[in-house]
Amino acid sequence: MKLVRLRDTDRATLHLTLEGSGLAALEGDTVLTALLAGGAGHLRDSEFGDGHRAGFCLMGACQDCWVVVEGLGRVRACATLAKDGMKVRRG
Amino acid sequence: MKVAVVGAGPAGVRAVEALLAHDIRPVWIDEAMDGGGRIYQRPPAGLRRDAKTLYGFEAPRATALHAALDAAKPRADWRPETLVWNIRPGQRQLSTLSAGRQGVVEYDAAILCTGAMDRVVPVKGWTLPGVTTMGGAQIALKSQGCGIGQRVAFLGSGPLLWLVAYQYAKAGAEVVAVLDTTRFATKLAAAPGMLRGPATFAKGLYYIGWLRAHGIRIAEGVTPLAIEGAGSVSGLSWRDAKGGVHRVECDAVGLGWGLKPEAQLADLAGIPFVFDAAQHNWVPRRDAAGRTPVTGIYLAGDGSGIGGAEVAEVAGARAALALLQDAGRRVETAALDRKLASLGRFRVALEKAFPFPSHLAAGLPDDALFCRCEGLTVGELRATTTGPAIPAPELNRAKAISRAGMGRCQGRVCGAAAAEILAAQLGCSVAEVGRLRGQAPVKPIPLTATP
Repeated sequence: MKLVRLRDTDRATLHLTLEGSGLAALEGDTVLTALLAGGAGHLRDSEFGDGHRAGFCLMGACQDCWVVVEGLGRVRACATLAKDGMKVRRG
Repeated sequence: MKVAVVGAGPAGVRAVEALLAHDIRPVWIDEAMDGGGRIYQRPPAGLRRDAKTLYGFEAPRATALHAALDAAKPRADWRPETLVWNIRPGQRQLSTLSAGRQGVVEYDAAILCTGAMDRVVPVKGWTLPGVTTMGGAQIALKSQGCGIGQRVAFLGSGPLLWLVAYQYAKAGAEVVAVLDTTRFATKLAAAPGMLRGPATFAKGLYYIGWLRAHGIRIAEGVTPLAIEGAGSVSGLSWRDAKGGVHRVECDAVGLGWGLKPEAQLADLAGIPFVFDAAQHNWVPRRDAAGRTPVTGIYLAGDGSGIGGAEVAEVAGARAALALLQDAGRRVETAALDRKLASLGRFRVALEKAFPFPSHLAAGLPDDALFCRCEGLTVGELRATTTGPAIPAPELNRAKAISRAGMGRCQGRVCGAAAAEILAAQLGCSVAEVGRLRGQAPVKPIPLTATP
């Protein structure tokens, strides 16, 4: 899944890592936006072997966008703001 | 008097405003970073579109609500980014979680304005990356300036289908199809009633007309077949009303069939639920003013039954006045009562125009996943009605057997469809299979959360 930036693209750049690899995002992005606009493709794998997941409701209800952020633990990517230097692992 | 208000959407803002006007300073809790609710959600700092761009026709309403929100925050005990994960009506306590720490809020009276989320019907392939709820697609654009894909299809029914498709096309996304599962004739039959809300009706017609004028593919009365793709979405197929099969190539799909109340706290508070035939859903019992059978608990907004943002604002103010009345204050309520009654009649017509597509859920193939959290198939749910365990005569028994609704979302996403699938299998009405009982915590909380 690739989020496409359509509006409000003139923002300061942030640098995160996903599984150790660098990823550029914009100030005001949620972790979900940072990852999925940054080319991560997906956020986690289903525990039941049915494949990748990349969130669903984007409003903190479905819990399908869990990732792990160093220092914060497991969070909903859609409800967590991306910060410069954040180290993220898939959930 | 200790008062708590849960939620800072349209209902919560107007409830707090009314309480403050009567010199009550409530504890005011919202799970989000800022108030406004989902409909009037403000983008995080750094994004700079103006209200007209963000909210379209609703800009004046959004701007007025934000002004009330900002004026009320410093006067109330405002607690954003705080989850209320349980309510103990006996002790009159809310259990909260904020920044990894647990807390307790004591109340004499509480107004729950917990809002709504999308009501979805599973479609084969709906767990693929690239599929979001209609509300999710809108949040991506509104709050993050992003489209959910390059070539986007929208599938569902209800006012949000047309609005979100319009917003995407306006923002420069390629909208490859807008697929409405409701037949044109059904909507037409409800049109006279919709004229009770002429402004809302006109806006709906405007979006549809705009999409048609811009040559965007529209189909009505469709039956979704599958969202296709390996690892992410690559296409969507459906059957038209005459039986023809169609497919579009797309990399994202927004799905939604109206909204459903986020009523978990009302449930834990012990409020009985009733099946609302017009909404085709269970709603907590309350009177027109927001009073419930549980002393000290009041409800307002979409969390108490879907009414929309305009109703929520009035209902929030009215619930605050009900609370004040019950505390012995003299308040004037006639104007609000009249407004609520008039707005309610339009809602009935809207539900008739976009009925929940029970047949789509009931007609899902056995191998379709219906529960995203536990990876359950429709066939596994159907099997709960025949054994070998004691067969499920209703939803909570099916949950015990299959884990449907026991996962991390607690049935928020699959519950409505699960009820339809089970009812069809049992040959009874959806009201008869009951509803998934709420459990604390209403959302997952970490075991490491410190008191």
